[in-house]
Amino acid sequence: MIEVLSRSRCIDCDICLRVCPTNVFDPGEGAPVIARQSDCQTCFQCEAYCPVAAIYVAPLREPAPAGSAYRDESALAESGELGVYRERIGWGDSAPELPTQDQLTQLLQHMRARLPAARE
Amino acid sequence: MTRSDPDLQLSCDVLVIGGGPAATWAATAATLAGARVVLVDKGYCGTSGVAATAGVGHWLVPPDAAQREEAMLSRARLGGLLTDRGWQARVLEETWTQLKALEGLGYPAASDPRGAAVLRIGQAPQYMRFMRQRVKRLGVTILDHSPALELLRARDGAVRGARGVRRQLAVNWQVHAGAVVLATGGCTWKSKSLGGDVNTGDGQLMAAEVGAHLSGMEFSSFYGIVPRHTSMDKNGYYGFASFTREDGSPIEGELFGSRAPLLRAACEGTVYARLDKAPEALRPVMRAAMPNFFMVLDKLRVNPFEQRYPIDFVLEGTVRGTGGLHLSDADCSTGVPGLYAAGDTASREVLVGAATGAGAPNAAWAVSSGTWAGRAAAEHARLHGSAPQPLTAAGRSGLTPNAGRGPSAQELERAVQAELLPIEKNGFRSESGLSRSLGVLDGLWTDAAASGSDDLRERARLRESVAMLAMARWAYASALVRTETRVMHTRVDHPELDPAQTQRILCGGLDQVWTERDPELPVVLGQERIAS
Repeated sequence: MIEVLSRSRCIDCDICLRVCPTNVFDPGEGAPVIARQSDCQTCFQCEAYCPVAAIYVAPLREPAPAGSAYRDESALAESGELGVYRERIGWGDSAPELPTQDQLTQLLQHMRARLPAARE
Repeated sequence: MTRSDPDLQLSCDVLVIGGGPAATWAATAATLAGARVVLVDKGYCGTSGVAATAGVGHWLVPPDAAQREEAMLSRARLGGLLTDRGWQARVLEETWTQLKALEGLGYPAASDPRGAAVLRIGQAPQYMRFMRQRVKRLGVTILDHSPALELLRARDGAVRGARGVRRQLAVNWQVHAGAVVLATGGCTWKSKSLGGDVNTGDGQLMAAEVGAHLSGMEFSSFYGIVPRHTSMDKNGYYGFASFTREDGSPIEGELFGSRAPLLRAACEGTVYARLDKAPEALRPVMRAAMPNFFMVLDKLRVNPFEQRYPIDFVLEGTVRGTGGLHLSDADCSTGVPGLYAAGDTASREVLVGAATGAGAPNAAWAVSSGTWAGRAAAEHARLHGSAPQPLTAAGRSGLTPNAGRGPSAQELERAVQAELLPIEKNGFRSESGLSRSLGVLDGLWTDAAASGSDDLRERARLRESVAMLAMARWAYASALVRTETRVMHTRVDHPELDPAQTQRILCGGLDQVWTERDPELPVVLGQERIAS
């Protein structure tokens, strides 16, 4: 679930407000606010779309307990985990290593060998 | 503001309800057929649904007769022989054709020598971002955060539009159209699966309110594997996994059938997985090919190859299950004039039978059924016209004006989930358990008739809960009459497959739910194979 929206990083672009499929955010004074965390479906789309890595979606499908490291904005910023999903899919500043076509073909062959459903 | 006083009125030739792959393929096909198209999505077209979040592979088989025959037969066998080879063949052909055509449109990674095969594994959420841009460039009008609440019918009974709310603006919308395509997805009963909470069965409910039927609703019990307490339901990589109990004893995983041993172990205690069967050299490739899965494991500080980690299961309902609207024709008509269905809203039994269509087949189905539904809707609008005319709203439960007498959206949602989400009830079904649940659900249906709200956001949520309730009743009513165990449908009181039940089950109805065996039999083999 979404746990952190960094007010210091946020540029008030409201992209998260627009793209969240379950309408978790409301407009705020400046940065949007996490108005309905319980509606978050932990799909990580806001973390992917936020252009300034201001969002951290914890991996848990229920809210993290008080004091959890998943809610510690400064530690997450320090470790580079704020907005990490955007980096991983290649929408951020760094270019992640994408598999080559040969590697993908190889992976699929292995998966097919293991899974009856993938044998076509 | 009253229900009959909408704030936004639009008219078009084809209205597409939904915002995932099937919806965008339908909008594309309808536009290319010359129609003016409006697309409404309850969330945001581009992030809504399971495709945007999951990473997509498509069921792609090159146009080679032997390869395609083998692919179709393989799916038929896995799916308990409930498939139809006519639909399978057409899906393979249409998907291949459509995805090949994407190459020329600048789809980011399409550079594979075998054509569009790169789309077998996709970079979520790139695919749906691309599809949104594509339909926008084609001139489709998109309304985001605009859930449809009910269909609109002309005096002759044909579906000619819909209305709903714009939840961020707290206003109503109404669209008059020549035809409507439903592409709202399947139903996961808000189990918090990856991207699944927007899939609440809205399209199926609206279609049933105008008389459409469903099929295969008993195949709605697929539970996806997630690292414990997360939403990340990746299933494909678990072919490389060893599963163990707390004490380290192994569990034999059956990943594409009933999964009963794994689910049973999960009812008894914690289940662990380790992807130790993945070859060393392959591991970096697996990581690069599925960034979302490894992002979650990294956030959990888990190395899935080196250590075992706890897993649990989330219900993926008819998204990875196969039940949905019964299509009466190859053009994806629902049998109700002017109403078409595509993607997970429609039954995928003809494609994959009683086994999961997760991933590749469902993605291919979204491309092909979306294309056919969009094309047919455009043709229907051309033949019958799109001019606005007096329309009647077809919605029923959850729309009572000014009401506060029935249960709230959240009350309904929780009561439905209590019957549907537990593995003990839905994963291991029995006549007594199903009957007991149906008693509860029927009672809720009676109560929900008095539900309604003047708050537009609550009204939309109520309709989601009512849709989940309707889907639940169709699922369990169908499960009750399938007195056998077939692939994902496990009946503890009928543990064997019964060859006499190699037939699909239709269902429908709102106040009175009905089921009946589909008189149209599955067709697994070609004529030449039957003859020989």
